[in-house]
Amino acid sequence: MLEGKDLACVRGERTLFTHLNFTLREGELLLVQGANGSGKTSLLRMVCGLMAPESGEVLWRGEKIGAARESYHAEMAYFGHSPAVKEDLSAFENLDFACRLAGIPVKREEVKGALGHLGLGHCLNLPAKSLSQGQRRRVALSRLLLAKARLWILDEPLTALDQAALKLVQSLLGEHLRQGGMAVLTTHQPVMIPGIAPKILDLSA
Amino acid sequence: MSTSQTVIVLLRRELLLAMRRRGDVLTVLFFFVIVASLFPLGVGPDPKLLRLMGGGVVWVSALLAAMLSLGRMFASDHADGTLEQLVLTPTPPVVWITGKILAHWLVSGVPLILVAPVLGVQFGLSGEALGVLVFSLLLGTPVLSLIGAIGAALTLGLRGGGVLVSLLVLPLYIPVLIFGAGAVDGAMSGLGAEAHLSLLGGILILAFMLTPWAVSAALRISIE
Amino acid sequence: MINRFNKYRYASPATFYHFAGRLIPWFYGAAALFCVAGLYIGLFLAPTDFQQSEAYRIIFIHVPAAWMSMFIYVVMACWAALGLAFNTRMSFMMASALAPTGAMLTFVSLWTGALWGKPTWGAWWVWDARLTSELILFFLYLGFMALQSAIDDPRRADRAGALIALVGVVNVPIIYFSVRWWNTLHQGASVSMTKAPSMASIMLVGMLVMALAAWMYTIAAALSRARCIILERERNAQWVAQMLEADA
Repeated sequence: MLEGKDLACVRGERTLFTHLNFTLREGELLLVQGANGSGKTSLLRMVCGLMAPESGEVLWRGEKIGAARESYHAEMAYFGHSPAVKEDLSAFENLDFACRLAGIPVKREEVKGALGHLGLGHCLNLPAKSLSQGQRRRVALSRLLLAKARLWILDEPLTALDQAALKLVQSLLGEHLRQGGMAVLTTHQPVMIPGIAPKILDLSA
Repeated sequence: MSTSQTVIVLLRRELLLAMRRRGDVLTVLFFFVIVASLFPLGVGPDPKLLRLMGGGVVWVSALLAAMLSLGRMFASDHADGTLEQLVLTPTPPVVWITGKILAHWLVSGVPLILVAPVLGVQFGLSGEALGVLVFSLLLGTPVLSLIGAIGAALTLGLRGGGVLVSLLVLPLYIPVLIFGAGAVDGAMSGLGAEAHLSLLGGILILAFMLTPWAVSAALRISIE
Repeated sequence: MINRFNKYRYASPATFYHFAGRLIPWFYGAAALFCVAGLYIGLFLAPTDFQQSEAYRIIFIHVPAAWMSMFIYVVMACWAALGLAFNTRMSFMMASALAPTGAMLTFVSLWTGALWGKPTWGAWWVWDARLTSELILFFLYLGFMALQSAIDDPRRADRAGALIALVGVVNVPIIYFSVRWWNTLHQGASVSMTKAPSMASIMLVGMLVMALAAWMYTIAAALSRARCIILERERNAQWVAQMLEADA
């Protein structure tokens, strides 16, 4: 279970939000909404531990994420604004290194399979700089398939994706949630996952 | 996964990236050679004077070259989001930070050590002094990468970061310069280089134990 | 709800602002008194040195400035450590407030050292271990201030500056030791600044009084600067608006 308790965020001189509370249980999806600059990305970075909240705390299975750092990071996957794809490495190398650095032992076939699943089967060995923006984001998303994380924290995962990829990501999300996974998501696009009613957290309110 | 495996994976990745961008590595190396070659043109070709200056000149050039390469250490990882992903791995930050610093040293420090004897010969250093020069660089350049990492981490994403790094890091490099160049001097004058080299080794051990923690704190401050 | 949050955040700087405002005149006053007394002792009461004649009198400025410049760096690092450990914003502000005064005093001690060096050693600058260390200390101050001014986000600026101050303070002894080592190897018996033959006790008294003046001045200047930093950081807070209204 993921909990946010009494979170407050201050960027520079602006107080973006205060007294923010939420809980997320197995199989639930939390949709963070709000206008540009309302603190969606800041909230997600706080939840994954990249940023310290001005006050309040984030709990994972009842423990503060700072104290449970290792186990929390092992169970969490973050997809940020920048796709974390190295231009000089191929799609295959990018995913392979990303998994190994995260401590996930992967086989060649698994890596190829994950990239193939996201429609990158034909450009496994092309350097990422020759891939389009959408393709790079697909490389980054393929990490979610291999990471086997319980908690997905996705910041605008649907931008720059074509229709096919949009469908694919939503079906991946649905599968993840049905298996008891959790997800925190920001997006400006409508998210339709059959059988799942997302919790909404509106920061503009 | 054990920590040594993480470091090995990281080293493989960093070396592969450096191979794909050989130009960057060579630029730093040429900078080192050019700076050292400027000194005789500035002070005149008197062999006696040059022999006296040789060790110091090579060391100052190494300092500047090491500083020039600091920008690469975290900046590109920061720009493309890889750094965030590294922070979010279960591995303790100190481990992969040590790996990154080691990789930086392999890519930008080791080439300097390999070229240094050639520059030493240009300055007329004796055979023994050349050996001491290489050994002092072997002990000293890792310290440059270690201390430099703090500066690189603190100036991440700042405008004018490159110049700022030099202001932060160069004063902290002074002990390494003094003992490194002092060792070569000692070898040339026959006073012996052991004292300088052991102090340099002491600094290396101290820096190796302390700086990864400082870099970890600095990265947390800069990423937030 | 928002109100309570603000109070919790701003209580400490607001209290400090008013408290410091009351203290500053006293410290400036004390600084002026000690300065006049110290200069009187130094310029009129202290005897002429038989070796260096009148030129030595610059030590009444030089030595206190040098003492203070080193001491301020340590104090700055202590505030920085406090800030990083307990995340107290006032500590960071005090560290930033001390830096310019520290840099200024370092510069004064370098400048007066040069003025004293010319008649005594016959050169404006010698690579004496003390002078060189002081110069490096000046660079450390500059680095701290340059880093802070390059960062727009005050939270990051505070913490990054604090970290570099701590790294600096760990390095200062190493730097000082290495510079001394380097100096003794290269210059042999160098001229020592402090081994003035049997300093008359009145000189020592003068120097101590001047050091007190430097202390008082530093406290006053740092407090005034901290007040400016608070105002700048909290310009959107309620108590600042109320205070400005009351003033107008």
